[in-house]
Amino acid sequence: MTQPNKVLATFQVNGEPHEVAFLPHKTLLEVLREEMDLTGTKHGCELGECGTCTVQIDGTPVLSCLVLAVDAVGKDVQTVEGLAQGAELNPLQHCMADLGAAQCGYCTPGVLMAADALLRDNPKPTRDEIKEALAGNLCRCTGYIKIFEAVELAAARMRGEDAQPSKESIYGS
Amino acid sequence: MVLDDPKSAPATREDAPWQHDKKKEDLKHIGKPIRKVDARSKVAGLTRFADDLRLPRMLHMKLLRSTMAHAEIVSIDTSKAAALPGVKGILTGKDMPTPFGILPVSQDEHALCPDKVRFVGDPVVAIAATEEETAWDACRLVDVQYRELQTVGSVHEAAGTNDPRLHDYGVRGNIHRLENLEFGDLADGFNRAEHIREDTFWFEGNTHLPMEQHATLAHFDRDGKLTVWSSTQTPHYLHRALARVLAPLPAHKIRVIAVQNGGGFGGKSDPFNHEICAAKMSMLTGRPVKIALTREEVFWCHRGRHPVLMRSKIGVTKTGRITALDFHSFLDGGAYGSYGTASTFYTGALQTVTYAVENYHFRGARFFTNKAPCGPKRGHGTPQPRFALEVQLDKIACDLGLDPAQMRLDNLAPRDSLTANFLRIGSMGLGACIEKVVEGSGWKERRGKREVTKDGRIRGLGLACSSYLSGAGLPIYWNGLPHSGVQLQLDRSGLVTAFCGSTDIGQGSDSILGWIIGEVLGIDPLGIKVVTADTDLTPVDLGSYSSRVTVMTGNAAMQAAERARDLLAKGVAKKLEVPASRLVFADERVFDAEDPQKGMSFQDAVICTEAQFGTIGTVGSYTPPKSAAKFRGGGVGPSPSYSYSAAVVEVEVDPETGIYRVPKVWMAHDIGRALNAAVAMGQIEGSIYMGLGEAMMEEMAYRDRSHKGKRVFVHKIPSLLEYKSPSACEMPECVTYVIEDPDKNGPFGAKEVGQGPLLPMMPAVANAIFDAVGVRVDENPVSFEKVFAALQAQKAGKEARFGPANDDTGVPVVDFGEPLQIKTPWQGGDGTAHNDPHRTKKAAK
Amino acid sequence: MLRLPTFSYHRPKSAALAVQLKQQHGREAMFVAGGTDLYPNMKRRQQTPTQVISLQDVPELHQLEVLPDGRLQIGAMVTLSTLEHYPTLKLHYPGLQHAIREISTPLLRNMGTLGGNLLLDTRCTYYDQTHEWRESIDFCMKSKAESICWVAPGSPRCWAVQSSDSVPVVCAMEAEVELAGADGTRTLTADALYNDDGIQYLTKKPEELLTRITLPASGGWKASYLKLRRRDTYDFPVLGVGACLWFDGDGVVTKANIRLGGAGSYAIPATQSEQLLVGSKLTDELIAAAGTAAMKPARTMDNTDLDVYWRKKVAPVFVARAIAACK
Ligand SMILES: Cc1cc2nc3c(=O)[nH]c(=O)nc-3n(C[C@H](O)[C@H](O)[C@H](O)COP(=O)(O)OP(=O)(O)OC[C@H]3O[C@@H](n4cnc5c(N)ncnc54)[C@H](O)[C@@H]3O)c2cc1C
Ligand code: SF4
Ligand code: FES
Ligand code: FES
Repeated sequence: MTQPNKVLATFQVNGEPHEVAFLPHKTLLEVLREEMDLTGTKHGCELGECGTCTVQIDGTPVLSCLVLAVDAVGKDVQTVEGLAQGAELNPLQHCMADLGAAQCGYCTPGVLMAADALLRDNPKPTRDEIKEALAGNLCRCTGYIKIFEAVELAAARMRGEDAQPSKESIYGS
Repeated sequence: MVLDDPKSAPATREDAPWQHDKKKEDLKHIGKPIRKVDARSKVAGLTRFADDLRLPRMLHMKLLRSTMAHAEIVSIDTSKAAALPGVKGILTGKDMPTPFGILPVSQDEHALCPDKVRFVGDPVVAIAATEEETAWDACRLVDVQYRELQTVGSVHEAAGTNDPRLHDYGVRGNIHRLENLEFGDLADGFNRAEHIREDTFWFEGNTHLPMEQHATLAHFDRDGKLTVWSSTQTPHYLHRALARVLAPLPAHKIRVIAVQNGGGFGGKSDPFNHEICAAKMSMLTGRPVKIALTREEVFWCHRGRHPVLMRSKIGVTKTGRITALDFHSFLDGGAYGSYGTASTFYTGALQTVTYAVENYHFRGARFFTNKAPCGPKRGHGTPQPRFALEVQLDKIACDLGLDPAQMRLDNLAPRDSLTANFLRIGSMGLGACIEKVVEGSGWKERRGKREVTKDGRIRGLGLACSSYLSGAGLPIYWNGLPHSGVQLQLDRSGLVTAFCGSTDIGQGSDSILGWIIGEVLGIDPLGIKVVTADTDLTPVDLGSYSSRVTVMTGNAAMQAAERARDLLAKGVAKKLEVPASRLVFADERVFDAEDPQKGMSFQDAVICTEAQFGTIGTVGSYTPPKSAAKFRGGGVGPSPSYSYSAAVVEVEVDPETGIYRVPKVWMAHDIGRALNAAVAMGQIEGSIYMGLGEAMMEEMAYRDRSHKGKRVFVHKIPSLLEYKSPSACEMPECVTYVIEDPDKNGPFGAKEVGQGPLLPMMPAVANAIFDAVGVRVDENPVSFEKVFAALQAQKAGKEARFGPANDDTGVPVVDFGEPLQIKTPWQGGDGTAHNDPHRTKKAAK
Repeated sequence: MLRLPTFSYHRPKSAALAVQLKQQHGREAMFVAGGTDLYPNMKRRQQTPTQVISLQDVPELHQLEVLPDGRLQIGAMVTLSTLEHYPTLKLHYPGLQHAIREISTPLLRNMGTLGGNLLLDTRCTYYDQTHEWRESIDFCMKSKAESICWVAPGSPRCWAVQSSDSVPVVCAMEAEVELAGADGTRTLTADALYNDDGIQYLTKKPEELLTRITLPASGGWKASYLKLRRRDTYDFPVLGVGACLWFDGDGVVTKANIRLGGAGSYAIPATQSEQLLVGSKLTDELIAAAGTAAMKPARTMDNTDLDVYWRKKVAPVFVARAIAACK
C-alpha cells in the first residue's frame, strides 16, 4: 500500500489558527500534543477509557484520542490551555486550585473541559448532575469529592454569589 | 556559599522539639488551606509530565516484551528490524548484563532479559526509531525463539514446584523469603485465652493504576553526561540503579530528574527496565531517547499489592483482649524480588500497634510466580493482614456478644509504649477516631437493624480501624546517612529557595516545604521557591514512599529553616541592638517582640545578615530515631510515628443478587497535625476512594488456560476499562473527621495521611455486608459474586461464608523452620532474639 | 501511546457514494460513524482497514423525525447524546432512552451514534486486547481463522458477546432498520439484522449501509431495559435485558418480547418467559416465574467481566425486574 499523503490544514484551537501538516490517520490528540505542542491535553489509555484527553469541539466535550484530526478542521477546538483569560484563571480553575481538586493534576485538564461544558449548559448543577457529567473522567487521586465541591463552588460564583467552601469540606466534620 | 556549621547540630535529634506542642492559634500558615505551590500550573494545564517533554533529534523507543509466561530465550534475531528505515538503535540483554533491583538483597532484574523470561510482559529487546510507530513496527520484525518452561501460577503451585525455579537464589525452590518471629510465649497466651478462633483469608492482588502512564526521557550529551527525566517516585534509587548498570559511567555524571508524577501510589518506586534502557539507548545513539509506556505496559511494571493468603489464629479474653496471635502469610510475589522482602515483613509488622497483643507469632513466606512483580502499593504489605485482623475481630465481637466498636476501644494499644514486636508508639488517637465515627454514623442505634430501602436492599454498617507508618525507620539500602536533606538559599531579593530531593507525586510534598519554611521564617509560603527531585541540584531524599516525606522532609526543612532564622536573628539583633531571642519572624518582617514597630522587612533582614556573614545558606537533615527492635527483621515496621484511622461504612445489599452499593462512609484519621487542612482532606478522601476500589472491584486477575499442552498464563485485563476502578458515580458521600494528636517526632506534630485511611475500607465493607445480610466474605475484593455465593450457602443451610478453605488445606504446607524468639518488653526483653544463630555465630567470632 | 494504523480517509457526500466506495475497496474498507468502537479496535489491531469511509457528511443519516403515523425515524448517524436528550424519546420511548443513557460515558455518547451502537462488534476478553496481548495467546479464531476459540476450545464457532445496550430493547420493540445497498434499500426487523455467531454477527452484506432505525408508534405497549455491569458508567453490559410487552385494555398481556443481551452472540429471545406472560395480567408470581424461565436461554460464557455462573444465576432476577418495569 502506498503511504497516504499528509494533509495541510488550519485548525482553530483556543481561538487561534494553527497550520499543521499531518497524516490522515492521526488523532486530534496526537496533533495537539505533537504538532502544536499543546501538551495540556493528556492521555491515559488512547482507547476512550479514561477521559484525560477530553477537549471541546464546538463546545461539546469529546475524547481527542478517538477523533481524527482531519475531522476537527474547520471547527472550534478548545483545550485546557484556552480556559484562562490571559493570565487570569477562570472561576472553575480557581476553585479547583483552592480546594486541592488537582492532586497529581493528570486528570485535571480533562475534568476541567468536561466540567466547563457542564457549567455552560447548566449554571446550577446538582451533585448528581455533576457526577453524571464527570462519569467519563477517571481520577485516581482525589476520590472526586474535591472536584465536585470545586464545580459547585465555581457554579455559585459564576452565578454571582459570594460563595465560600464549607467548613466541613476543608477542615472535616 | 557559607554553610551553617554542620557539626554544631546532629543530623538526628531524637529529643528534638519539632514544635509539636505549639498551639494551633499560634500558627500562621500551618493548618490553613493554602493553595499548593503548583496548583496554578496544574489547573492551567501547564504542568509538564514526562511524556510532555521533547528534545531536538529525539528518538522514540519501544520494548518488545515476552509473549511467554516462563521460558528460556533460545535466540533473538533483530536483523529484519535493523533494516527497517528509521530504526536507529537496538538493544538486547547482553548489552546490559548487570542485574539491578530496588533492594540490595534482591538484585534480580535485568534491563532486558538476557536468557530467561519470567512473565508475559518481561522486556527482551529495545528499539529506538525516529517515529514511535516505526519502533513498534520494528519490534514486530524481531524473531525471538523461546524454549517454554513450566509455569508457576500461584502460591500453592510455587510451594509445590521445586523445579524449575524462577530464580537461582532465595530460600529453596520458588520460595523467595521465609520469616519466622515469635514474640513472647504463644502457648501461654493461648492457655490464658477464653476464646480462640482460626480463620483463613485471601486478599487478591491489585495495582496502583496511576492515570499517567510511566514515561522517561534520557539524554547523553556531548560532554559525556547523562540526564534522565522520568516519572519516578524515587529519583535517588533510580540514580543508584543507573550507576550500577551503566558502569563505568560514574554516578556523578548521571543526573536524574523526577518529573511531576501523574499519580504514583507506589507504582513508580522501583527503578524500571524502560528507564535504564532509555539511558543506555541514548548512550548508544548519541541522541535523546524517549519511551512512553502504554497502559498495558503499566500493568507489566505493576509492583502492586501482593496477593496474600493468610491464616490467623487468635486467642482473646472475654472482653476481647488479645492474649495470643498466631499469624501466617503467604505472598504471591510475582516474577521478581522488588520490595518483596520488606513487603513480607510488613504483612506481620503492624498488627500490634492498634490493639494490645500480648504474645505474637508471625510466619511469612514469599513465593516467586510467573506474574508481573508485586511490590509496594499504598499501605505496603499492611492492608492484607489488616483486612484479616479487622474481619476476625468483628467475628470475635460477634462470638462474644460484644459491640465491635466498644471491644476495640477497650483494648487499644497504649500511647507512648512499646509493642510486643518492639514498635514504639508515640501519639495514639485511635480511640478518638473510633468515637467520632461511631457517633457520626449513629452506629449504636443503626447497627444490626437491617433496615430495608425503598428498592428492597438491606442496610448494614461495618467498622474497621488501622494504622500506618510515617515513613520507614530504615532506608532501602544500609547506610548511616540522613533520610532527607534540605538546603536553603536566601537571596538579597528576599527570595528563599529550598532544595530537596523529595518528589511530589500529587500528594503535595513540594508545598509541605513551603508551608514549614514559611511558618518558621514568617514569610508567605507561596513566595518560597521550591527546587526538588533533581540529583544534580538537590540533597538526597529517599523518595516518596511509605508516607515518609511529610515527616522526614518536613523535619529536615524545619531544621534548615530554624538555622536560617537563627542566623538572621543574629544579624538583625546586631543591627537593631536587641537580643536575638526577642526577635519575632512574622508577616514578612523581623521585629522586636516588645516593640513591634522596631524591626525590618524580611528582605532587609537577609541583606543585613549577608552584609555581616556573607552569602546565606543553611542545611537541615533528618534521620529517624533508632529503633528498639534489634532482632533480624526488626528493621521493617519501626517508624517515627504511627497514624490511626477508623471507618464506618454503610452498605445496601440486594439480597437476590449480592449486588451492593456504598452510599456513605464516615472516616476519622489521626494525622498528628494537619499541615494543610484542604490537602489533608484530599488525601483522606483519595484513600477512601482507593480503598473502596480495592474492596469492591479491583483485582489483578490472570487468565489461566491450557490447550494441547500449551498453558496460557497472562494478565486477564490489562486495560483501564476492564481493570475496574471506581468512577465518579461510585464515590460515596464521605463524612471526614481530622483528629489531631500531635506526635513529638513530626514537624509541628504531623504524622502521615496519604495511606492510612485506605486500610480500614476493605474490612469495613466486609463487616458491613455481614451486618446487612449475615454472611461473611473472607476474601478481598468483596465482589458481588462472592456476596451472592455466601448468600446461596446461607440459604442452603451451609456456613454463610465465602473464602478459602478454613482449615489446613486452605494454605500451602511450608516448613518455616525454627522461629527467632524475642522476649516482649513486658517479659523484660531487650529487643534482641535470644536464639538467633547468626548472632551467636557473630559473637563467637 | 497506542496509535492508529495508517489508512486513507474518505468522507463521501451521499449514501450511494459511500456504498460505492465500500464496494470498490471490498474487505480493505470499513465504514466509520462515531469511531468509538472502530478506532479502539484499530488501535489494538483487531481491525485494520486501509480505507476508512466516514459517514459524517451523508446528510440523510442525520435525520431525526416523527413520521405522520407516529413512528419515530432515527438516522444512523444521530449521536447517542442527541437521542438521550431528545424530548420525544424521553416521553414515548423511556425504555430505549434509558438504555442509551446507560451506554459508556457522556463523553463517548457525544461521539457515538445509534447506528454504530446497533452494529457494535461483538466482544470477548480474549479478543478486545492489544496485538501484543493476543500474541501471547497465539490469537483466537476471531483474529485468525485457523486458531481456536479460547472460551470453548472444542467449539467450531466464536462465542464473542453481543454487547450493545440498545440492541436488546430495539429488537424487543420490533423496530425496523433500513439498509442501503448497491441495489437500493431494504427494510427488515431489527431482530433479522443479527446472526448467532461471534464473527459473522450481522446478516447484512458488507457493503450495505445502515441508514435509519424506525421505532413503532407509542401506545398499547411498554418497553424496558435493565443492565448488569460492575460500575454505573463506562462498562459494557454483561447482561442486558430488553423487554417489551403489549397490553389490552384490561392489562392482559397480548404479546411479549424479551431479549437477553450480553448473554450470547446475539440478543437471545427468552421464548419460554414470553409464552408464560401472554394471556395473563402481570402478577408478582407470574413475573417471578417468567424470570426463572429465562435461566435456560442465557448462554453466558467466561469471556466478559464478572463471574460466568453468577451472571447466569442472576439473569432470572434481571428478567423479572425488567418485566416488572413494563407494568
Ligand atoms: C470505553 C468504552 C465504553 C463503552 N461502553 C459501551 C456500553 O456500555 N454500551 C454499549 O453499547 N457500547 C459501549 N461502547 C461502544 C461504543 O462506544 C458504542 O457502541 C457506540 O454507540 C458505537 O457507535 P459509533 O458511532 O462510535 O460506532 P463506530 O465505531 O463508528 O462503528 C461501529 C461499527 O459499526 C460500523 N458502522 C457504523 N455505522 C454504520 C452504518 N451506518 N452502516 C454500516 N456500518 C456502520 C462500523 O464500520 C463499525 O464496525 C463503549 C466504547 C468504549 C470505548
Ligand atoms: S469467543 Fe472465542 S473465538 Fe470468539 S473472540 Fe472469544 S476467544 Fe476468540
Ligand atoms: S486517552 Fe483515555 S480516553 Fe482518551
Ligand atoms: S488528580 Fe491525579 S488523577 Fe485526578
